[in-house]
Amino acid sequence: MTRYVMVADLRRCVGCQTCTAACKETNATPPGVQWRRVLDVEAGEYPDVRRIFIPTGCQHCDEPPCRDVCPSTATTKRSDGIVTIDYDLCIGCAYCAVACPYEARFKVDRVEYAYGGQPMDNERARIKDEKIGVATKCTFCVERIDAGIKAGKVPGIDPEATPACVNSCISGALRFGDMEDPDSAVSRLVAENQWFRMHEDQGTGPGFYYLWDKGQ
Amino acid sequence: MSKLSPLAGTAPRLQSSWDWRAAGNFIGGGSGAGLLVLGFAACLGGSLSIVAVALAGGTLIGLGLGCVWLEIGRPWRAINVFFHPQTSWMTREGIVALALYVAGGGVVLLDAPRLLGPMALIACGFVYCQGRILTAAKGIPAWRAKLTLPLILATAATEGAGLVLILAALTGTAISWLGEGLLVLLAIRYVVWRSYLARLKAPAAAMAAARGLHLPLALVGHLLPAVLVAVGALPLAGLLAVIGGWGLKYILITRMALTQGFSLPMTPARGRGAAGPGVRPGWGGLS
Repeated sequence: MTRYVMVADLRRCVGCQTCTAACKETNATPPGVQWRRVLDVEAGEYPDVRRIFIPTGCQHCDEPPCRDVCPSTATTKRSDGIVTIDYDLCIGCAYCAVACPYEARFKVDRVEYAYGGQPMDNERARIKDEKIGVATKCTFCVERIDAGIKAGKVPGIDPEATPACVNSCISGALRFGDMEDPDSAVSRLVAENQWFRMHEDQGTGPGFYYLWDKGQ
Repeated sequence: MSKLSPLAGTAPRLQSSWDWRAAGNFIGGGSGAGLLVLGFAACLGGSLSIVAVALAGGTLIGLGLGCVWLEIGRPWRAINVFFHPQTSWMTREGIVALALYVAGGGVVLLDAPRLLGPMALIACGFVYCQGRILTAAKGIPAWRAKLTLPLILATAATEGAGLVLILAALTGTAISWLGEGLLVLLAIRYVVWRSYLARLKAPAAAMAAARGLHLPLALVGHLLPAVLVAVGALPLAGLLAVIGGWGLKYILITRMALTQGFSLPMTPARGRGAAGPGVRPGWGGLS
């Protein structure tokens, strides 16, 4: 079995938003839509103040509430853990958007380009009518993963089979791979460090691990 | 958890996916279902038009569903809503609505008054589905609360009693027990609302919206109708009971619907520093 997950090392993330830009470049998401976001939080009180950057987006949950509520079966989870949306089935009810505890889902009702009336090359190539009026979200760059595997590449190791945000991360904070493979980078990082998953109390089983300190 | 100053985008935000049109579905669906159930009870005494009850209840539910149809991004694919009965309460709501209209069609078109009972029973299922739709929305703390379902059921019954009183007045019918019945339902709805409010754990802005609703709801939606029942102004009491329920659902869907937001149980150790306490922006300072 394979279970693709993402690991975000909060000690390493510098909040540069390169992952966000890479995601937008790759997926040509419209203005206001960020499948890969980096939250910027200032915590504490003077003089003990700290600033934390938190990469977030679809957590590709073990038990995705978006899938359970979806009335059209547009949202499904693959056997490798990646949660997908069939744009041809989705009715755009946005029930998944209110069911997601991670604010990871978006719906736009018209085509918009980043710079006004004319699309950029990536927008011309990637923006399609099928994504209008339906739910969209991070796909873990599933087409890239599938194509890469078909070409004999390994997700999380070879860039050709790895999500764009991970490839672009300048500090190595974002890692991707198969959690079921004990030798994968994500498995080792999770085994060797202290981590948490967000909103676990909701029973979602997120596929996104946040490292916050070295292992004890 | 430590105090924090959330920057833009980290605090819970008011969801914008469902607006007044979604609220319209819960308003029409709850009132229509309540009307069918209480109307059926009134018809058992033989004092109310069965066809009028079926028509009014079905119309309200239909208007609510029409509101949802206006909201979805791909309305011409609406048939796909029936594809996921295994887990989706929205699919189940749709299927139950179909059954309700089959029974309602029998009452109105085939002159089969006995089908009002099954129609009322199905209406109970319909409003139950609506309550479960909200509790399954894990991203919205004010909806996923355990008492949301009893609240939706209680207000549906109360609105139904109010509407039957109005319908009775319009058709010149007297239903002797329904004034007292409305009093009981008002009391139940108020107790459920107070319990919901007392147990609610939601972002600060959602709590503020809920607390802001409390006084008007208590006075206009409960106390005043109860006084009006006592003085015999039953249709007006019914109208206020309905307005109270509609206001409650409108605020619940459009004002109290803040997202979960983001939280960290621990803040990371960076550089030579140590890990720190967790943060939860937007949940009211220390949380």
